[in-house]
Amino acid sequence: MAADATTTGPDLYGIIAEFKDMDTLMPAVRKCRDEGFEKWDVHAPFPIHGIDEEMGVKRTILPYFVLVAGLLGMSTGIILTVYTMAGPINTWLWVNLEAYPYLISGKPFNSFAAWIPPIFELTILFSAFTAVFAMLGLNGLPMLYHPLFKSQNFRRATADRFFICVEARDPRFDPETTSNFLRDLGAESLEIIEE
Amino acid sequence: MSTINPSYITSVPSDNTYDDPAERPPLITGANDFTSVTDKVVDIALGKPNPIWWAAFLTASFFALLFFIQIGILFVTGVGIWGNNQPVSWGFPIINFVFWVGIGHAGTLISAILFLFRQNWRTSINRFAEAMTIFAVVCAGIFPLIHVGRPWLAFWLFPYPNQMAMWPQFRSPLLWDVFAVSTYFSVSLAFWYVGMVPDLATIRDRAKNRLTQMFYGVLALGWNGSSRHWQRFERMYLLLAALATPLVLSVHSVVSFDFAISQLPGWHTTIFPPYFVAGAIYGGFAMVLTLAVPSRAIFGIQDIITPRHIDLMCKVMLGTGLIVTFAYTVEFFVAAYSNHHFEQFLFLNRPFGPYKWIGFWCMFTLNCVIPQILWYKPCRQNLWTVMLAAMSVNAGMWFERYVIVVTSLHRDFLPSSWDDFQPTFYDFSMFACSFGLFFSLFLIFLKVLPIVAIAEVKSVMPQAHEGHGHDHGHDEKGGA
Repeated sequence: MAADATTTGPDLYGIIAEFKDMDTLMPAVRKCRDEGFEKWDVHAPFPIHGIDEEMGVKRTILPYFVLVAGLLGMSTGIILTVYTMAGPINTWLWVNLEAYPYLISGKPFNSFAAWIPPIFELTILFSAFTAVFAMLGLNGLPMLYHPLFKSQNFRRATADRFFICVEARDPRFDPETTSNFLRDLGAESLEIIEE
Repeated sequence: MSTINPSYITSVPSDNTYDDPAERPPLITGANDFTSVTDKVVDIALGKPNPIWWAAFLTASFFALLFFIQIGILFVTGVGIWGNNQPVSWGFPIINFVFWVGIGHAGTLISAILFLFRQNWRTSINRFAEAMTIFAVVCAGIFPLIHVGRPWLAFWLFPYPNQMAMWPQFRSPLLWDVFAVSTYFSVSLAFWYVGMVPDLATIRDRAKNRLTQMFYGVLALGWNGSSRHWQRFERMYLLLAALATPLVLSVHSVVSFDFAISQLPGWHTTIFPPYFVAGAIYGGFAMVLTLAVPSRAIFGIQDIITPRHIDLMCKVMLGTGLIVTFAYTVEFFVAAYSNHHFEQFLFLNRPFGPYKWIGFWCMFTLNCVIPQILWYKPCRQNLWTVMLAAMSVNAGMWFERYVIVVTSLHRDFLPSSWDDFQPTFYDFSMFACSFGLFFSLFLIFLKVLPIVAIAEVKSVMPQAHEGHGHDHGHDEKGGA
C-alpha cells in the first residue's frame, strides 16, 4: 500500500528508545503518558509493578473469562456426574434420558456429596486453562514475527534494558518530533524500526 | 529506616540468613545486577554441559531405560511379578504412587501458595520446584496405570460414551484420583510452561546459532516484554496461583480418600486429608532441598539460591514435619479413645508387630527424630546436615506410605485371612528405577530450560524499584 509518491522504502513501524535503569525509565514513561500517545508501549525484562497506572493502561478483562470458564466447568462437572449416575431417576434434572444409573450397595442414585471431587477438579481445570489461553489470546501470542525483533539492540529488552516504543500508527507520531521528544527523555539510544 | 547497608550490592556477603527486622537481608547475594543474573542462568542453558551433569545424566538414563524394560516385562508377564497378593493387594505400586505424588506437591506449593503469601524468596527456587512437580507426577502416574492389570485398557478410567454401556463410577475415590491427578498434572504443566515463557524469550534473545534461536523462539511464543503483556501475564499468574492452591490441597486429600473412604482400620481415619497434605509438602520440600543443594553448586548459582533460601526451606520442612508427627500421635490417640478394638489392635501392631523395624520405627526415626536437628541454626547452615535431614525425610516418607499400606492390610478383621507381604525383586527394582526416569527428566530440564525464574528474580532485586539509585533506605518495596 503505497501511501504517497514520496515514500519508497519499507513502511515505518515506530521508534524505540532505550533506557538503562528504572530511575530514567519511570519519569520518561510519565512524560510519554502526558504527551498523549496512544499506540505506545514499554518493554521490560520483568513486570514493573505499578507501571499500568503510570502508562494509563486499563485493567485486563481476563478475570471475567476465568469466572465464566469456572462456572462452565462446574456445570460440566454437575451434568457429567448427576446426569450419568442419577439419570432421570429421583433427581431434579429435567432430562428424559437414562445414562448409567448403577445401583451399588444401595447407595442413593443422586449421591451428590460423592461427586464434589470431580466437579471441583473440572472447575479448576476449565478456569486454569482459560486463564492461560485467554492471556495468550489477549496478548496476541503466539506471535512468531514482530518488526521489533529485527533490532539487535532490542534483544536486551528481555535481559537488562528497558525500551519505550512509540508506533508510527499513533496519531501524534511524527518521525522528527517524536525522536527529539524521546531523546530529551534521557534515552541511551534511539532506533527507527521498519515494518 | 535508612539502615540497610548499601555495601550489599557491591560487596559479596556470605551470610544472608540473619533475622534482623531493622535490616532486611538481600534475597540475591553477591554483586549481581540484571545482566549478571541473566548471564548466569542463560549460560547454563546455552553453554556446554558440565562433566558432572553428563555423569549424572548417563547414570539416570540407564536406570530409566531399565524401568521401561521392566514395565515391558510386567506387561508381558502380568502383575504376578510383584509381591501384591491377598490380603496385601495394594503393595508397592500404590506406595510408590503416593510417594511420588507427594513429592510433586512442594513445587506447586512454592509456586502458588508462597506466591499468594507474597513470599519473595520463592522466586529463586520456584522454577525447578515446578519442574520437579511435573516429573514426580509423571513417575506417580505410571504406577497406578501399570498396576491396573490390563494397562492397555487404562482409558476405561475416563468418562467417554461407549457401546459397552460401561461408565466410570463417580462415587469411587479411585475415580476421583483420576480426575484429581490428571487435573493436577495438566494445570501444573500449564503453570510451569507459561511461567517460563518470558525466560525462554531471554534465552532466545541470547542464543547465537540459528538452531537454538529457532528452538527457543518457538517455545517463547514471540514474547517481547511488552508492559501490556506483562499486565495480563501477571493477572493470569495470580489467578493460576489462586486456582492451584486449592488444587494442591485437594489432590492429596483425594489421594488420602483412596484410603480413608474404606472401612479398614488404620485407613478409615478423618485426619487423613490434612495429614497426607502435610506429609506431601514435607516430602516435597525434602526433595526440593535434595535437588537444590547439589544443583546450585554444580551450576554455580549460589548467589541466586542463597543460604537464606535453604534456611527457609528447612524451616518449612521442620514445620510440616511437626504436623506429620502430630498426625501420627493423633492416630494413636483416636485409636485408644475410639474403643474400637480392631483399630486398637492395629495401632499396637504397627509399633510392635511384624513390621515394627522395617516399617514403623524406620518411619518414626527418619521423619520425626532426625529432622529435629533443623531446630539448630548451625545445622540449617551446614549443607551436609541439611542433606542428611532431607534424605532422611525422603526415605521416611516412603516408609510412611509403606506403613499405611502394608501394616493396615496384612492384619485385617479376620485372623484366618492374615498373611505377610513379600516384596519381590521387581518391586524394589521398579521403585529404584523410577528414580532414574525422574532424574533423567530433571537433568534434561536443568540443562535445556531456564532453571531459575529470571524475570521473577529480577523483579525482587532492589534495582527493580525506582529511586534505588538515590536512596538505599527503601524497605524492600518488592517485599510488600
